[in-house]
Amino acid sequence: MTTPLLAIENLFAVQNLSIHFERHAQPPIAVVSGVDLHLQRGETLALLGESGCGKSLTALALMRLLPPAARISGGRVQLEATNLLALPEAQMRQVRGGRLAMIFQEPQTSLNPVLTIGAQIAEAVRLHAKPADRQPARVTRRVLQLLDSVGISAPARRMRDYPHQLSGGMKQRVMIAMALAGDPQVLIADEPTTALDVTIQAQVLQLIKDLQRDTGLAVLLITHDLGVVAETADRLAVMYAGQLVEVADCAQFFAAPAHPYSRKLLASVPTAAQRHGKLAAIPGRVPPLDQVSGGCRFAERCFAVQPRCQSTVPNWQQVQNAQQVRCHLWQNGAVDWTRWDTAPPASVVTTPPVAEITPPAHLLEVIDLKVHFPIQRGLFKRTVGAVRAVDGVNLTLAAGETLALVGESGCGKTTVGKAILQLERPTGGQVRYAGVELTQLRGEALRQQRRALQIVFQDPFAAMNPRLLVEDIVGEGLQALGIEPQRARRRQRVTELLDLVGIDATALQRYPHEFSGGQRQRICIARALAVMPQVLICDEPTSALDVSVQAQILNLLKELQQQLGISYLFITHNLAVVSYLAQRVAVMYLGRIVELGMAAEVLTAPRHPYTQALLSAVPVIDPSARRQPVRLSGDLPSPITPPSGCHFHPRCPLARPQCAQMEPPVVAVSATQQVRCFAVQWSNHCVKPANDAK
Amino acid sequence: MTLVILTTDALLFLLVIGIISFGIYAARREHLRAPWRHVVRSSIAVAALIICSSYLIIGLLDSIHLRTSPTATQVVSVFDLWCDSLRTRDEKTYSAPFATHALAKETVMQADGTVMRVYPRLQYGGAHLIDPVHDRNSDILRTALLGMIQGLFAWTLVVLAVIQLFAWHSRQPFNTALTAVWRGDTDIPWRTAFITCAALFIVGFISAELSQHYHILGTDKVGGDVFYQSLKGIRTGLVIGTLTTLVMLPAAIVLGIMAGYFRGWVDDVIQYLYTTLSSIPGVLLIAAAILMLQTYMTNHAEDFNSLVERADLRLLFLCLILGITSWTGLCRLLRGETLKLRQADYVQAALSLGVRHSTILSRHILPNVLPLVMITLVLDFSGLVLAEAVLSYVNIGVDPTMHSWGNMINSARLELAREPIVWWSLTAAFLFMFILVLAANLFADVVRDAFDPRMSNRR
Repeated sequence: MTTPLLAIENLFAVQNLSIHFERHAQPPIAVVSGVDLHLQRGETLALLGESGCGKSLTALALMRLLPPAARISGGRVQLEATNLLALPEAQMRQVRGGRLAMIFQEPQTSLNPVLTIGAQIAEAVRLHAKPADRQPARVTRRVLQLLDSVGISAPARRMRDYPHQLSGGMKQRVMIAMALAGDPQVLIADEPTTALDVTIQAQVLQLIKDLQRDTGLAVLLITHDLGVVAETADRLAVMYAGQLVEVADCAQFFAAPAHPYSRKLLASVPTAAQRHGKLAAIPGRVPPLDQVSGGCRFAERCFAVQPRCQSTVPNWQQVQNAQQVRCHLWQNGAVDWTRWDTAPPASVVTTPPVAEITPPAHLLEVIDLKVHFPIQRGLFKRTVGAVRAVDGVNLTLAAGETLALVGESGCGKTTVGKAILQLERPTGGQVRYAGVELTQLRGEALRQQRRALQIVFQDPFAAMNPRLLVEDIVGEGLQALGIEPQRARRRQRVTELLDLVGIDATALQRYPHEFSGGQRQRICIARALAVMPQVLICDEPTSALDVSVQAQILNLLKELQQQLGISYLFITHNLAVVSYLAQRVAVMYLGRIVELGMAAEVLTAPRHPYTQALLSAVPVIDPSARRQPVRLSGDLPSPITPPSGCHFHPRCPLARPQCAQMEPPVVAVSATQQVRCFAVQWSNHCVKPANDAK
Repeated sequence: MTLVILTTDALLFLLVIGIISFGIYAARREHLRAPWRHVVRSSIAVAALIICSSYLIIGLLDSIHLRTSPTATQVVSVFDLWCDSLRTRDEKTYSAPFATHALAKETVMQADGTVMRVYPRLQYGGAHLIDPVHDRNSDILRTALLGMIQGLFAWTLVVLAVIQLFAWHSRQPFNTALTAVWRGDTDIPWRTAFITCAALFIVGFISAELSQHYHILGTDKVGGDVFYQSLKGIRTGLVIGTLTTLVMLPAAIVLGIMAGYFRGWVDDVIQYLYTTLSSIPGVLLIAAAILMLQTYMTNHAEDFNSLVERADLRLLFLCLILGITSWTGLCRLLRGETLKLRQADYVQAALSLGVRHSTILSRHILPNVLPLVMITLVLDFSGLVLAEAVLSYVNIGVDPTMHSWGNMINSARLELAREPIVWWSLTAAFLFMFILVLAANLFADVVRDAFDPRMSNRR
């Protein structure tokens, strides 16, 4: 890079950092090569990359917390005047948690479950306090101050709580408080909000921003989420297969990404604008790091690949003042991207928008579905209460339609899916498929009905028995339901199915662990399709996948729907995916559907205050599309003791006394949109639709 | 000469056949082969495996029983025939290791008619020596050297043969293979294997040579060779260690998986069953059962053709009763694992595909709990070998006529109180048991690491 990295204005600078993994009897793998980063006071730098590109290892290397097999092979990490890599371990311990702090992705596993959070923060405070400040009274005062600064209400009471008494968002706040205990100059945040829901994510990101404003903290934000980057970072560095490929100001980057990888990555984020076309998926996958060759690491997947890309490692090229890219294309000045944009994907209309207005007869009907899990206590297992996971859900699904079921974690959306499939037997209500009442069926009769409804799970790594061959996995339904009892015929059919989802026939004799996440998800889809279902319940099928792979799977699902005419019940928390894929949307909150309508209606003109808050919390790349934030306080209440009346009223900005007393009725606000809220009737008090605010 | 098949022999060979056929089955399945490949690449495991197999070979040889003539009441094993000299050369009573004279003085009538209290010469131990006081040490050294040379020679032959096989298998010239092995560059740590073999061969041949002329571990109260008894104890230990798990395995697997998978009342019944069973003191149950069996055998003495058969029934019964008291641990473990597995997405997917419960159990649950079973089996083995010793010590173990380490330790109770002290029975039993249990534990450790999914990233 050409910028003077170790110049005095940089608070924190990383120069040419390389990490390799030692292997037994094999040459080491270079997992991170030549990373240059620099941070100034009060600045947020985002390190963006897909899983396995080495961004977390980079963060751990900066803290000198690498796993035993990983070694730093070269480079410099400079915090003000201190070279961190040259410090003895004893002094590094002072820096770690002191001047340089880190927060991790999983707040659940980062806190010790047997100590109160007060004790854990106090420990961090004592470690980095001056001897005079280590008196118990002063430590307690500092702990209270820290808890207060991360926005935890009633800190004196909260500090006596144990981690399990706190929600995920609260735990992440406690982690941040611990990180702040040593008054750090630099905070490394490794996917701090990935495990959190969007409304909580918005709270935590806002908190980090506020802290930065107050203390001048420099933040290195490691993330894979382009939306989060766009909303929080000042500058960003894009990482691919262990290398930085682009460094830019956020505004410049999102206006004009310079690296082909960055361009494709941005284009593969699903949006409503692309709903009639295919997403720009990047073919293939990130190359395994022990197989990277001499040339550009993106060459194999690049749409603009040139002969020299395979052989020569590209150097840094200046694009604009602060934007640099590691790509041969920029060698001779500006690049004309239109050469490759022969068919702009958004304009290709492949879906005839027929089912959008009048949904035909209902294929699947869910009426007042209830799933309560009894809580049993004591010697005789008395039922003392129930987790009301699903508490009266009404849904309909037409043939060939996609209905998205949206909600935060813990709202019961997965349970709805399982209850429809009769994997969880409903406590009450009806599930009718083509007129057949499924909840009353038992044994063989139910087994025969299984054909029609299938499911695709979230985690493709857990969804396949690791001890079966792909052939047996995909053929399982064919065998179980007696569709193809003969082995040879079954193999033929499995090959066809794999072909349908874009997997080679050589996969038949291989085990699931030999495939990447995206390929596994394809195999899972093939397994579900094997029995020719009419309804496919997709339970967050892309949330465990990278953005570029997510685009591949979404494209596949869309193609399959056109070819086979199946209906999807798409369970997700990702509203971007909803806007791309779904015709209708149902928003769920604490076991109930609060808003239901056409995707266009719900996503652009939400009427329920929860939907509005949810939508406004989603980080958006396009600054012009950003909504006025409706920040929700608090967390999702427990489904064991749901709030009285409207479940949402304790967090609702519009709540009135009436909301706590009565359940709001379902109000139809248009022919297709229904809302479960009193507020829609208070016409003069109706909250302004969020997108009017801009 | 007719073959006599004792029940434990049959079960032991059945187990060996089972293990071999599982090996053949697993060799064709990558997910089964991978952890074992990890095991054989660890030098500790390979050394432990070689030690264990030497025990196993002796134990198996000792499990082929024969009747030498149709009229003979005595049943002997192939192993007995192999070291016939050890078995038959009984002294009168105690003698120390490598002794040429008895431990205690005896009254001996001299040729001239006078009576003297002397340490008499042993009948077999060092009998070939003319002047035992002077010649013994040099004779031991000479014999040991001879044994060592034989051992090294045999070892060289075996090593050359194995390297030749290895070279042929990996398609490289013999010399390359030899250097690779010498430098330790092979996937399987052949060098460690060969070093362990060298130690085994040298110790084996030296003791074989020496035991021709001496009682290398002394003799017991009735003059029996302790070295022979220790070797005979191997079979008893192996039978207890393996058959017990074999007996408990079906119950533990079936009940554990059923409890975890079906839950509800099935789970309640099975849980009550094993909670009740595991709260009965194990030793009490074993004592009651063994004493009942003993009474039965005394009352029906005519049903048993030989002492060996009688002892064998008692051994089998001990295995059964140990199995009944020890299946609960594995059952509880499997129930927990199944509870977790039945929530796995692939089980849910199978359910939604309409797969029958029985198929789900055999296709999805069972193969995924097998690693757990494997780990438990290997870990339990050494515990059971030790349990045998403890039970025999309190007289509710194997038949007193049966050679077992527990019986040796039991007899040592009195021997240690003697003057001069008789320490060799206890030491011999301890040594043999210690080596087997240590090897089994080291092996179990590697097996557990190999099958532990959390360790998979370290592979």
